[in-house]
Amino acid sequence: MPGDADGPGREEPAREESAPAPGAAQAAEGEEGSYRDGLRLGMPFALAALVLGVSFGVLARTAGMGPVAPIVMSAIVFSGSAQFAVASILAAGGGKLAAIAAAILLNARFAPMGVAVAPYLRGGRLRRALEGQATVDTSWALASRGGGRFDRQTMIGATLAQYPAWVGGTVIGTLGGDAIGDPERLGLDAIFPAFFLALLVEELRGARAVAVALLAALLALALVPFTPPGVPVVAACGAALLGVRR
Amino acid sequence: MGEVWGVIVVVAVASAAIKAAGPVVVGGRSLPPRLVATIAFLAPALLAALVVSETFSEGPRYVLDAKALGVLATGAALALRAPVLLAVTLAAVVAAVARVG
Repeated sequence: MPGDADGPGREEPAREESAPAPGAAQAAEGEEGSYRDGLRLGMPFALAALVLGVSFGVLARTAGMGPVAPIVMSAIVFSGSAQFAVASILAAGGGKLAAIAAAILLNARFAPMGVAVAPYLRGGRLRRALEGQATVDTSWALASRGGGRFDRQTMIGATLAQYPAWVGGTVIGTLGGDAIGDPERLGLDAIFPAFFLALLVEELRGARAVAVALLAALLALALVPFTPPGVPVVAACGAALLGVRR
Repeated sequence: MGEVWGVIVVVAVASAAIKAAGPVVVGGRSLPPRLVATIAFLAPALLAALVVSETFSEGPRYVLDAKALGVLATGAALALRAPVLLAVTLAAVVAAVARVG
């Protein structure tokens, strides 16, 4: 296979089939996306992250986490699904081990995602570990170029757009929660699945991708009552194996 | 209160470790072709699973509420080639209106 000699620091392989994301057409450095492309592509998601951050702040307040902890959590955990799980488990008096276990299971999906982007990151171990922190669902999906290839700058740029929005939203939600009220009343809880749906549509290149997506959806739904939250999504990743069959 | 801080720190460290694992272990090596073929389908699988689990479940329970209507509206808008932001905003509007009604 080509690229066996890839060493650390080598530029990513050129993309033969160009499937640029919307707006990436004027990428300054040829086919490779720039941080600016990532920032621009990440903007709508930053808006959603802001809204979701507000929701998290409001929930964390009602969960009795105090004013500072939710903000610090958003800054150092930076993971919507895990943070929502922790806040709601603590609110329900579920205990800290249950909260930690749920968060880890929910974030387990970042392990295969990290393997997928690994060849495209740069530098030594420490820098790679640091760059890997940019792996969040939306940025990772935006950086996906099809055929298992990823654009490093797009992922990092899109995450840099979303991080301040997520933390800022949490500040607004924690401090101004009373003025905002119940985020569900405003339909804000529908925003993230809707965004994931929009990203999914971009990924449905060809019949096999559609089949994989359908199988994953069915698998995830089927497992909901039987497994802790997070497990259905990780298990559904197994549907990707369909890609190498036949 | 101390319990909350403990949970936050453990979750932060664990999340960072999970995200670092792949990049550190794989390094700059290219992946075996079969693995790349699988990864090519990881995005549709993961996103489809996230859509259905966030729309139709809360913890270990199934839910079918206004949120599903909102996501359905987004699907319809995307099928009609509406811009992504418009389609997603529609999800919130439809869910909010359905909750009022």
